Amino acid sequence: MYVAVKGGERAIDNAHAFLAEERRGDPAMPDLSVGQIAGQLKLAVNRVMAEGSLYDPGLAALAIKQARGDMVEAVFLIRAYRTTLPRFGSTVPVETGQMACIRRISATFKDLPGGQILGPTFDYTHRLLDFKLAAEGGMPAAPEAPSRPGPVPHVTALLDRDGLIQRETDSGTPAPDLTRDPLHLPASRALRLQALARADEGFTLALAYSTQRGYGRTHAFVGELRIGMVRVSLDLPELGFAVEIAEIELSECETVNQFTGSKTEPPQFTRGYGLAFGQNERKSLAMSLVDRALRWRELGEENIGAPAQDEEFVLMHSDNVQATGFLEHIKLPHYVDFQSELELIRRLRAEAAK
Amino acid sequence: MQTPRSDETAARQGWMGLLARADAETLNRLMPAPLAAHSLLRGPEIGAVMVQGRTGGTGDAFNIGEMTVTRCSLQLPGGEVGHAVVQGRSADHARRAALVDALMQTEAAAGLRLHVLDPLAHAEAARARRRAAKAAATQVEFFTLLRGEDA
Repeated sequence: MYVAVKGGERAIDNAHAFLAEERRGDPAMPDLSVGQIAGQLKLAVNRVMAEGSLYDPGLAALAIKQARGDMVEAVFLIRAYRTTLPRFGSTVPVETGQMACIRRISATFKDLPGGQILGPTFDYTHRLLDFKLAAEGGMPAAPEAPSRPGPVPHVTALLDRDGLIQRETDSGTPAPDLTRDPLHLPASRALRLQALARADEGFTLALAYSTQRGYGRTHAFVGELRIGMVRVSLDLPELGFAVEIAEIELSECETVNQFTGSKTEPPQFTRGYGLAFGQNERKSLAMSLVDRALRWRELGEENIGAPAQDEEFVLMHSDNVQATGFLEHIKLPHYVDFQSELELIRRLRAEAAK
Repeated sequence: MQTPRSDETAARQGWMGLLARADAETLNRLMPAPLAAHSLLRGPEIGAVMVQGRTGGTGDAFNIGEMTVTRCSLQLPGGEVGHAVVQGRSADHARRAALVDALMQTEAAAGLRLHVLDPLAHAEAARARRRAAKAAATQVEFFTLLRGEDA
């Protein structure tokens, strides 16, 4: 129960002033610029863009600075800003097959058209702290090699050619939008993917991990993980044709899952799909595992009651802004609620003592 | 709607896309103020578009999330109308992109091609080439070790 109370204004103003000073930190140290955050903490920026559900590196960097590095708070700021923007329309679906990849690996095929491109990855590093980074200066330079122009086809397309993998075809159904309509269950796969694309990375990671440990096991192989720039097109009604309006970085992961068949589907490989803004490898990988686990119903698989199979559990708890809002509200004044509980306990104790 | 109806449309799609993807600072430098005379019809205004992907890369459309864009429509004294929808939140970027779109329909086209569009295209191609070359250097060259049975 909430009761309007006055007071605390001076305390709140001073608390915010204290916050501003703490955010700035030691005045002897140079102020952190938004450009530095965007350029040097790029993976943090990417996470805020993905979970804030708004692609704008400059705004995400500003949110990180304002939030003092608190990622969920930064996501919250971006979501709040997003609501102030008029929506001009929806883009033509991006062609990830046309991606200019800086990273592209497959765990299922060693030799594949387009090759295995490691890109700027933490994989194969020794995870030893590099104390040279603590010292200033130094501009590392990456070697270059002649790039081989040519198509970089999706790995799943190779399996598709032989009919060994469940096909992904466009039914023409317009994309549902959970930012415009409340989430209704059961949700279509398109709606689930929208929710997962903006879902908290930690939550998605934990769910994906749970499927690997046996809670809804789906035997995922990383058919392909690709990261790179993709062009974005928008239909302009005033001109009557589509034009490219942007180039954005995306991470895409396709899993290939063993599937022995069901009453409705023949034995074949099935797919899980992950797609996220920016270089967001762990998120897209986790997303593809959770997507696959949630598909048990349409593939006629058994529901073993695993958390990752439970659409309501996954979709209703994956949004960190919703979650933190409800969680953190309990620290706000509940004086009257608590007063009534206190009186109840006192009365019960008094009655018991009689 | 995506299929170019003619060479003219394809050319216009080409420069509009190039201008939208361009770096706002670079475009400002290539087109310093004062700008050619024009009247604004709409904007420049900042907004968002919902970016869509496809399930499994080729299936049904789904929403990935929004992105910020700025749009602008303007008209030249001669009546030509230019449109722009560009990535990000720069009014200068959208206005200049719309102005180039309008001017490309006039006799100024050849000059703009030489002094604005070609430099933008070169900068973009150079950027993409550098990224691709660095990625190519990380391509794995597998080799098979001599196995016992081969000896």
